Amino acid sequence: MKTISVTINGKKLQVPENYTIIEAAKEIGIDIPALCYDPNLDKVGACRICVVEVEGARNLMAACTTPITEGMVISTESKNAVETRKEILRLLLDNHPNDCLVCNKAGECKLQEYAFKYDVKFRQHDGERRQAKVDNTNPYIHRDDSKCVLCGKCVRTCNKVEDRKVLSFGERGFETHIVADYDNLMADSSCVSCARCLAVCPVGALMDARTMGKARVWETTTEDVKCTVCEYGCDFELLKKNGKVYAVRAKSPVEGRPLCLKGRLSVDLTYNEEVQVPYVKKDGKFVEATWEEALGLGKLLSKLGK
Amino acid sequence: MKSIQELEKIRQAAIEKVNIRTDRKGTRIVVGMATCGITAGARPVLMALLEESSKRKLEDVVVTQTGCIGICRLEPIVEVYKEGEGKTTYVEMTPEKAQRIIVEHIVNGKIVNEYTIGAYEK
Amino acid sequence: MELFRSHVLVCGGTGCTSSGCQKIIAKLDEQLEKHQLEKEVKVIKTGCFGLCEAGPIIVTYPEGAFYSRVEEKDVERITEEHLLKGRIVTDLLYKDAVIDGEIKSVDEVEFYKRQQRVALRNCGVINPESLEEYIAFDGYKALGKVLTEMKPEDVIDVIKRSGLRGRGGGGFPSGLKWDFTAKAEGDQKYVACNADEGDPGAFMDRSVLEGDPHVIVEAMAIAGYAVGADMGYVYIRAEYPIAVDRLDIAIKEARKAGLLGKNIFGTGFNFDMEIRLGAGAFVCGEETALINSIEGKRGMPRPRPPFPAVKGIWNKPTLLNNVETYANVPQIILNGADWFAGIGTEKSKGTKVFALGGKINNTGLVEIPMGTTLKEVIYDIGGGIPNGKAFKAVQTGGPSGGCIPADHLDTPIDYDNLIALGSMMGSGGMIVMDEDNCMVDIARFFLDFTVEESCGKCTPCREGTKRMLEILDRITEGKGELSDLDKLESLSKTIKTASLCGLGQTAPNPVLSTLHYFRHEYEAHVNDKKCPAGVCQELLQYVVIPELCKKCGICAKKCPVSCIDGVKGKEVYIIRQEDCVKCGACLEACPFKAIKKG
Repeated sequence: MKTISVTINGKKLQVPENYTIIEAAKEIGIDIPALCYDPNLDKVGACRICVVEVEGARNLMAACTTPITEGMVISTESKNAVETRKEILRLLLDNHPNDCLVCNKAGECKLQEYAFKYDVKFRQHDGERRQAKVDNTNPYIHRDDSKCVLCGKCVRTCNKVEDRKVLSFGERGFETHIVADYDNLMADSSCVSCARCLAVCPVGALMDARTMGKARVWETTTEDVKCTVCEYGCDFELLKKNGKVYAVRAKSPVEGRPLCLKGRLSVDLTYNEEVQVPYVKKDGKFVEATWEEALGLGKLLSKLGK
Repeated sequence: MKSIQELEKIRQAAIEKVNIRTDRKGTRIVVGMATCGITAGARPVLMALLEESSKRKLEDVVVTQTGCIGICRLEPIVEVYKEGEGKTTYVEMTPEKAQRIIVEHIVNGKIVNEYTIGAYEK
Repeated sequence: MELFRSHVLVCGGTGCTSSGCQKIIAKLDEQLEKHQLEKEVKVIKTGCFGLCEAGPIIVTYPEGAFYSRVEEKDVERITEEHLLKGRIVTDLLYKDAVIDGEIKSVDEVEFYKRQQRVALRNCGVINPESLEEYIAFDGYKALGKVLTEMKPEDVIDVIKRSGLRGRGGGGFPSGLKWDFTAKAEGDQKYVACNADEGDPGAFMDRSVLEGDPHVIVEAMAIAGYAVGADMGYVYIRAEYPIAVDRLDIAIKEARKAGLLGKNIFGTGFNFDMEIRLGAGAFVCGEETALINSIEGKRGMPRPRPPFPAVKGIWNKPTLLNNVETYANVPQIILNGADWFAGIGTEKSKGTKVFALGGKINNTGLVEIPMGTTLKEVIYDIGGGIPNGKAFKAVQTGGPSGGCIPADHLDTPIDYDNLIALGSMMGSGGMIVMDEDNCMVDIARFFLDFTVEESCGKCTPCREGTKRMLEILDRITEGKGELSDLDKLESLSKTIKTASLCGLGQTAPNPVLSTLHYFRHEYEAHVNDKKCPAGVCQELLQYVVIPELCKKCGICAKKCPVSCIDGVKGKEVYIIRQEDCVKCGACLEACPFKAIKKG
């Protein structure tokens, strides 16, 4: 790949020509804030927090989608870029519940991180806000639409699996929200609880229902393990509080990795010291199940005489 | 459409149908088509003028109707406005006379004096 | 071949269809049959004449007599008097068409005289459902010329040299766009036509499609040849059923005649096209959202680059132009680049169609050479402001444009001048406002539209326009503060500079331009809690002027909420403001004009 030279925040560097600004900046350790950007997903340029100033451009440019060009001079923290970024963060906070005190995502929430970094506070404009529509019908996925920033990562992740495509955008404008199938509750949708979406949500809109209220991020230590259910060997993290595993978490899915409920449950059962009962969907309803049922081991166990 | 020639052929044919809406220059033939004209037989005259000019593919000739010209006793009246020539008024027209006007006056540029109002007045 | 002595053109555009032209046509047919005129008089349904305010419209040729606001009962008279006896029915003529008792033809009416019709050339002249008539008016001649005499690069060169710029709003040089698409690498390319006209009040694209659909078919085929595409898509909103029908007929006719399909004119060039219906989302007029929609996806804009010329429909190089842009193409090919470049101003060539609306006498569609001043359009062509009211502003460019005040009426219309004034050409909506319009309310109206039509993808547009609307709502309700004006400006700046697509980037324009030219009106709302134009209900007060009150009590009787107190014949009446619902019934009822609104 041909490389070209660009200048970012006064530093000159050579990067492959197919890079976007955000990728080029990363090369020299500059982390441009972004909510909708994910290197593993299509780039959509939706959140606009990554806007940077490019010399000679009429408007600010979204770093995640703008390809670099030879000799481009970029400033990621210019006054104009920072002011605009702050205003966009303010707009997001204006439409976000002020409940970081009790939010399970606190400490690893991207919105919180950027608000702190840029010193942006709640309620600049006291107007209409997203409805608090908590959907806890799926025992594995906790949805809170009032916290959604519409980055669309969950939609893009979900749509990567051709035969799923459960999540999409519904309505438009200020009313836009993420819908499962035809705006169904999670339990009534065709969602198979693979929970890829949980791994990519930057805020508290999608959270692991099985970790709710268990521990704060800063009390948690992690340990990497691999799932052994199939040959993919998905990466998981054990979440520990005071040395005890209280939950397991799938790491971000990458290309070619399916993630599945069965794998996650079996990691959960293997390591979790406070494991909760599993649920399976029967006749379209989630019901409590035995582990044999949930992991599909019934026949195997009897055959093995256990 | 297989060729430009084919398009041109269609165009030529179609122009004849619509040319009354296009060109205001050229020759304008006006037929008095008020009650007086119609009762005196202006309609067959008009049809004859139309047929004859389309047969001869006279593109810059407009055949049109108008109201009462005022000398009802001489109806059917046909008036010809030709560029650079002013107005010629023909009176007591018939379809046959109309054909002759197209051939002699419009095509060959010779006013058919014997049918004009001037000749009648003498 | 049948020949007719008289052609009666009935406008079948959407405006006239809704004012009842179908009934008029039926009546005409019935009357002609009754008088046995069917063989002499041909009734033709045409596209929009542009004078929609005066519809239904009938024009008879060869006289060019122009009848307006024709009612069913008038048809009998027109048939008996005009078509049978040849006497023009003067009192039914369009009022401007009769001056000093002399009847003028339709072309001499002031409304038409100052126009120059290029894109609308055939509208109101030909039968849009007849391929033959289109051909008679030089239709498909340009396509023939291109295919037999020109190389694709020559075509692009002509378009480039003509100076044609996109008529959909952006004003991007069309020739460059064609060139980019032609040079883009790809085994398959597409041409597409943006007929998703969404600006409130603009309807020129609809009129072209309704009045002259073949011009789009021809122009797209030409474009296909120039850029190397063999397939075209026309994206039309489903709310334009007549346009969809007529274009559909045109495509089928063209296919039957071999003007679409394989080996056109025996040159080996293949081109075909399809219609895609949109559901009427404003954002789908944005090119990348339109492409998403054509592909069957949610209509949300994509980041650019890549531009459609490189990655468009199904990621193939795609040339996307607007209807009016295409409508100019065959004329440019036939008359040459120099002819087109000879019309207009230095940087804006050719003509532009505007949809005149609002407080103006001749609402309708006009096509003028670029460089015509706003004043000429509004006063000479548009006939000025009705009821002797004073002009206040003209809004161009729809929700992406701005309001231009009276001081700038002498500005020649072109892309760059309008942008310099804080507005834009847009697709050509032109809404005139008079002294009775409140500019804060106007800004609120357009922003309300943007909020409603925002796709919701990017944060600044989705969240920011909503907050701006909330602030404007507050101001019009008398709850605004001076700091709100700063907030509006700061939000506007963020939305303009950081939004993903052109719609977001221009959404604050109506607010910014009114803040710039009419700041005093905002200040009156905020500081004095008054709406100078008397529009914003919450800020209105109805009061009795004691000196004029004759103590008759009529107002109190009319008041639906009984909030007017007084004693008949003895005491002056007083309106209790806290209970008043501002319906205005008292104002209308008072025989002595003793109640004032303000």
